[in-house]
Amino acid sequence: MSKAEILGNIRHGLKRGEASQEQKQAVINRINAHTRNLVPQRAQLPHEEQVALFIAMATEAAAEVYQLESINEVPQICANWLKEHNISSLVTASDASILALDWNSVSDLSCEQRVAQVGDAASLTSSFAGIAETGTLMLHSGKDSPTTLNFLPDNHFVILKRSDIVGPYEDAWQRLRDKTQGDLPRTVNMITGPSRSADIEQKLQMGAHGPKDLIILLIND
Amino acid sequence: MEIHSPEFKEKSRIALHDVNLQKALSNLKAGFPVKRSTAVARMPEFEQLRDEATALKNHILENLDIYLEQFEANVIKNGGHVHWCRTPDDACKKILEICKDVDSKTVTKGKSMVSEEINLNDYLQKNGVEPIETDLGEYILQLRGDHPSHIIAPAIHLNLEDVSEIFHEKHKRPKSSDPAVLMQEAREMLREKFAGADVGITGANFLVAETGSTIIVTNEGNGDLTQTLPKTHIVVTSIEKVVPTLEDMTLFLRLLARSATGQEFTVYNTLSTGPRRTGDQDGPENFHVVLVDNGRSEMVGTEFQEMLRCIRCSACMNHCPVYGAVGGHSYGWVYPGPMGSVLTPQMIGIEQAGLLPNASTFCGKCESVCPVRIPLPKLMRHWREDEFSKHLSPKAVRWGIGGWAFFAKRPGLYRLLSTSSNLFLRVMAGKKGRIKKIPMAGGWTDWRDMPAPSGKTFMSQYKSRKQS
Repeated sequence: MSKAEILGNIRHGLKRGEASQEQKQAVINRINAHTRNLVPQRAQLPHEEQVALFIAMATEAAAEVYQLESINEVPQICANWLKEHNISSLVTASDASILALDWNSVSDLSCEQRVAQVGDAASLTSSFAGIAETGTLMLHSGKDSPTTLNFLPDNHFVILKRSDIVGPYEDAWQRLRDKTQGDLPRTVNMITGPSRSADIEQKLQMGAHGPKDLIILLIND
Repeated sequence: MEIHSPEFKEKSRIALHDVNLQKALSNLKAGFPVKRSTAVARMPEFEQLRDEATALKNHILENLDIYLEQFEANVIKNGGHVHWCRTPDDACKKILEICKDVDSKTVTKGKSMVSEEINLNDYLQKNGVEPIETDLGEYILQLRGDHPSHIIAPAIHLNLEDVSEIFHEKHKRPKSSDPAVLMQEAREMLREKFAGADVGITGANFLVAETGSTIIVTNEGNGDLTQTLPKTHIVVTSIEKVVPTLEDMTLFLRLLARSATGQEFTVYNTLSTGPRRTGDQDGPENFHVVLVDNGRSEMVGTEFQEMLRCIRCSACMNHCPVYGAVGGHSYGWVYPGPMGSVLTPQMIGIEQAGLLPNASTFCGKCESVCPVRIPLPKLMRHWREDEFSKHLSPKAVRWGIGGWAFFAKRPGLYRLLSTSSNLFLRVMAGKKGRIKKIPMAGGWTDWRDMPAPSGKTFMSQYKSRKQS
């Protein structure tokens, strides 16, 4: 009932009845074309410069960025950071690259693969892409990557491969469509720095409800 | 929210003399406009992005019914539900029904202005469901029994001391005046609530027709916890938020944060597409989109259609001298500032909201910063015309305009009158060239001197230039 009234009002305003097949097809064609709007110059640099821009922008957004020669360094880097912050446990996603990590060398760290719970101090996940233009990470949900890991723990480590850094957001959308045959995962998270709020007197405070620290582990691959 | 728009004048008078409010508002004026202009300067293509966004919104509105049906089809395809609600009452009833279906006692809420518009919290509370606001600003307001005075910085009218006091009273913890401590307190208080809620309600910044996704844009991460932890996620949103594709959404995202807070990008931009998938370990099992109309569909095809381009960035109010002086509560309903002065009469009627479109100097700053180039002064003028034609404006205004029209239609008389009043004002001003008091114009001269006209009238100058 409501639907018919709302659509009726819109059509009345547009001075037409239900759209013709041609009009509908034109809209569907426009959607399917995935045409890009203006993409800023800063998102169209050569790859090496995109990597540099990603690091600069993510750092500006208060993320910590560590450059690693190999993904095998991840356990040690996490362990060092957590030790410095008096944290002894880590919850991780269970994708292949994280499962392949060897945590035996950092035996004082307890490491679990599960969804996040209230009270978790730190998490480790992989990211799907890094977007250079604003230093933004793109992560998505899936069997091996629970979304709660991105928001509930106090500190969030994210693995990002240099080759997964793209210039504009549009490149990341295209990669995601290619990977998932057009069916989006339940959630896609674009994350730019740690949680914050300026709701008290417009003064910026870090660590509102999401992670207080966002640590990007940038892998040279 | 109760309607107090008819009290705009009294509320403004009180606001102007409220020392604490003025202090709080000074934070706004020194903050958002400066940050926006810095962000805009870093994006050389900003003006072109505004042009493209304006054209794209116009295209969407011309095909709004088609895009909404595409969006609906894709939400359903992904296992979600769409509920079309013509009135606030329809929307509240539908949301309550969903809550009751899953036997929900508490719901967590992300920030949503549409939920304010439909007065959702009161409705849920009256019907035995406890809403818990989780955005820090909204949480502070809920504790105080207060309402947002700004669409993205809801507690902008408060000072640190106000927050400190209410937290001390409600949290029963030692009083602190450190914003970091206060935020940590709110974080701890809300942690269990996030996990314990049966339903999470968020708004949406955009709806993507291509994928049936909704997106929220937040800095705190509260919206994400709200929509990820409970079993049911309800998105309460409105019909003009639909965009065709992810690429089109991206165009608006490039404009939104920069126009709003002056950030390069908001911390969390999160797409939700249907409920949890087979094999997913977390995420909601039910996904509902409540599409609210509340008068919007009636704006299509009218002079107010352009208002439907609005992406709720708040740049117009951040730059408005009137908003900056009287604050958001003076406007007396949900949407303040220039965008509110156009939208509120549509939603609550010009009879109640007539003072709002009149509360503008038409300086044009709002239009000049609007990312989708909404001609806000022009739209406010349309409301003034509507008010006048319905004989709603006060007698003094009607007589004044009537009198002016009488002379304006008689150029000879008009010139005679303007030349003589010009002379009269100059005599009144004396040597100093300033007038300290004008009868019936105390609203001006009580606060500042009126400068006397400096020379000849426009017409006489025009004539003498034409001759030379």
